[in-house]
Amino acid sequence: MASVGKIARRTFLIGAAAIAGGVAVGYYYYRKPFPNPLQGDLAVGEATFNPYVKIGADNTITIVAPRAEMGQGISTTLAAMVAEELDVSLDQVKVEPGPASHAYYNAAILEEGGPFAFFDESMTAEAVRAGMGVAGKFLALQATGGSASTRDGFDKMRQAGAAARQMLIAAAAQKLGVAAADLETANGRILHKASGKSLTYGDVAASAAVMAPPADIRLKDRADWKLLGKPQKRIDMLAKVTGAPIFGIDVTLPDILFGTVKMSPRFWAKPVKADLSKAEKMPGVVKIVPIETNYGHGFGIIAENTWAAFKAADAIEAEWADPEYPLDSAAISDALKQALGTKGSVMRDNGNVDTAFADAPRERIVEADYAVPYLAHATMEPMNATARLKDGVLDIWCGNQAPTLVRQLCANLVGIEQNKVNVHTTFLGGGFGRRVEVDYALCAALMAKETGGRPIKVTWTREEDMRHDAYRPAAVGRFQARLDDNGLPVAVDMKISSPSMIASTLRRLFPSIPALGNDKSIVDGAYNQPYTIPNYRVAGIAAPVTIPVGSWRSVGSSINGFFHEGFLDEIAVAGKTDPVVLRKTLMAAYPAAVKVVEKVAEMAKWGEALPAGKARGMAFTLSFGSWVGEIVQVADTPAGIRIEKVWIAADVGTALDPGIIEAQLISAAIYGLSAAMGQEITFADGMVEQSNFHDYDAMRIFQCPAFEVAILENFHKMGGVGEVGTPPAAPALANAVFALTGKRIRTLPLSKEVAFA
Amino acid sequence: MRLTVDGQSFDINADPEMPLLWALRDLMGKTGPKFGCGIAACGACTVHLDGQPVRSCSLPVGQVSGAVTTIEGIGIEGKLHPVQQAWLEEQVAQCGYCQAGQIMSAVALLDEVAEPSDADIDNAMGGNLCRCGTYPKIRAAIRRAAVLKTAGL
Repeated sequence: MASVGKIARRTFLIGAAAIAGGVAVGYYYYRKPFPNPLQGDLAVGEATFNPYVKIGADNTITIVAPRAEMGQGISTTLAAMVAEELDVSLDQVKVEPGPASHAYYNAAILEEGGPFAFFDESMTAEAVRAGMGVAGKFLALQATGGSASTRDGFDKMRQAGAAARQMLIAAAAQKLGVAAADLETANGRILHKASGKSLTYGDVAASAAVMAPPADIRLKDRADWKLLGKPQKRIDMLAKVTGAPIFGIDVTLPDILFGTVKMSPRFWAKPVKADLSKAEKMPGVVKIVPIETNYGHGFGIIAENTWAAFKAADAIEAEWADPEYPLDSAAISDALKQALGTKGSVMRDNGNVDTAFADAPRERIVEADYAVPYLAHATMEPMNATARLKDGVLDIWCGNQAPTLVRQLCANLVGIEQNKVNVHTTFLGGGFGRRVEVDYALCAALMAKETGGRPIKVTWTREEDMRHDAYRPAAVGRFQARLDDNGLPVAVDMKISSPSMIASTLRRLFPSIPALGNDKSIVDGAYNQPYTIPNYRVAGIAAPVTIPVGSWRSVGSSINGFFHEGFLDEIAVAGKTDPVVLRKTLMAAYPAAVKVVEKVAEMAKWGEALPAGKARGMAFTLSFGSWVGEIVQVADTPAGIRIEKVWIAADVGTALDPGIIEAQLISAAIYGLSAAMGQEITFADGMVEQSNFHDYDAMRIFQCPAFEVAILENFHKMGGVGEVGTPPAAPALANAVFALTGKRIRTLPLSKEVAFA
Repeated sequence: MRLTVDGQSFDINADPEMPLLWALRDLMGKTGPKFGCGIAACGACTVHLDGQPVRSCSLPVGQVSGAVTTIEGIGIEGKLHPVQQAWLEEQVAQCGYCQAGQIMSAVALLDEVAEPSDADIDNAMGGNLCRCGTYPKIRAAIRRAAVLKTAGL
């Protein structure tokens, strides 16, 4: 692991935190709370206690869950945190996403941004973690990502509920003339048992909300939890089974116009020639305007309906400048491989790897080259946003993972102050990291300048969405191991080359900030795994390819889970050790990891003989603070390889909603399996070749395996949930395919070598 | 042109080539059916035409002569359809964007086969993509809906 000295000698990038510079200064500012954003916008009779709780005189209780609901169930779990301490049931409360506000900054998203593994609890690691939390406050980024929402909300949202409850009790005690200690709460009522008198929260909300918040907030013991730790009915379910208008694409406003975009199919390239005349004359077309943002160049089509806009976009004839990056997938792959020849940045360096390999006999060496392709997010809801610029105020409606970023960048682009921008965050028809980007919002904001104050809903075609993503980067890795007499690795050398997601993200969001330092996401999932190997080196190289890349469910771990765990399987085979035994041996210093591997092996009855034509593979990845083992069983069928069953064991530290966690683990595994089976984004002539679900498909119901999930709570720190099931899925499948066919497939997708049923 | 959608009559002025989906969403305010791909590859836009499931993103509105039913029109007398009820009980949806289409395909399946086999479900639902991976719960909900529907609930 990195030492203090090493950190001092180099900077490291964690998204925008690098911008903040010193993170341990300004303690006073850090402690000072942000103003309550609900204060200025209350309904008649409504009172607010803190940024998370509003209560009306009619006892309408509103909880603000300020994270993007993109299917992961976060609005339910965050609301449960507040409701638990407020002593109300979930069906008694309204849950809202709240306004864009720095008050809702996500501190946990940056906490693991330092160069330390999750299990490293040295003083340095803890100090940097605390500093990163402070940086989160400074940057005040209201963002949903990094599987961080429950970890970020766990204390502050429970405290918000508890503080409000204590204030309500204090106000009720005053009103009833009794001691606060004699009052009880249940289901939104305050009861004085001795007299039988009771009040609703609404009866005392106004007087309670003006009281000073309690200095001593008491939280319930876990044993007293009524909601947390138990599966809850999701608050968004009814709307989602009735087709309610809850998504950005459903926004309807009076006098609305419709639109779409046609952006350069070559990233960053400008149009060198364009003929708009045919498109402009098409029925229903209002206007075609140029679009220029940090994301690229193109045209916005303003029309009377979406279909007219789509047809006009097709009719635009344009030639685009040459790309600044290698033209096709082969050339990109060469660039990545070439970068492997440079030294890179070493993020893990145990023992002395060079010495350990110097005298290694040939037959004790295992070597392999791995590669993964670019991937699109392909959320079910294509990118879209609705914008209205009227009387100097920009209103923007969209599903997004970072409302304060939408507000800031739209304000800059349109040329107004941030306080003149209202961001209305809807439910997201999928996020997976795609809606951390703000390109769809920027396009709509620019087009709203051209409509004379009328609102415009700008919907991208699937083709435009597929071809203008911030892709999961392609990556290549070179791996080497030296085995001992028992077949165990004594030395492992890993080198991974990939375009930097951080540098790419900065170019789009904050182009004035240079991307200095290392991007640890290149080696995330490889350098920080709980294995002890005496000589263990992991280095990352940022390859100079500038196709836009960004966060794709599990980010770097989506790449390195496959690399690391595929290679470990090769070590097991070469050393003639069982893959489960090998992992347990190497992770013996981390009991939580061992228990996960033991659990998943036990569930799958690992080691028992299987019928001919069936085989299994296993993989383990620690990511976002959760320890996850997966076993995949495949079967050879006449139609191809069928994925029959997947077992998942995950230690999340504290399981706040086991139902939602199980659904997320399965969801993330399917997301990873979909990519591993058949997805890739390729390039020709500087353009993305895939365009829609016919050439970039995902797992279908008839391919979906059965799942069995175990949720463990052995580790003492809470982990994330939304992404952690993805990293082990691809390697477990590839290892199973090897066990079935003898083919070691080191390049994804697997469909290049084998067929799936 | 005149269309009957969810039992209601609409007079619209549309290019006959406009896909039914965009006529529903932009001209008739029916946002229940979703836009996902535009090429009948994902099923998010599934509606019923005289009871048959169709991909409204690829059906020109000028060719529509029958009665259209969307997710907004399957509830019976203010009550959820048994398929919606089963979806609720099984807690199927995650992001929820594909679910209107999934539910419309499932309703049509159960209208045709009261007790569908796994193979029936695979056949009927294979055209409906879900990026959140809710398939195991979709399968469970269809089984539950079959029971609810047979029992007349």
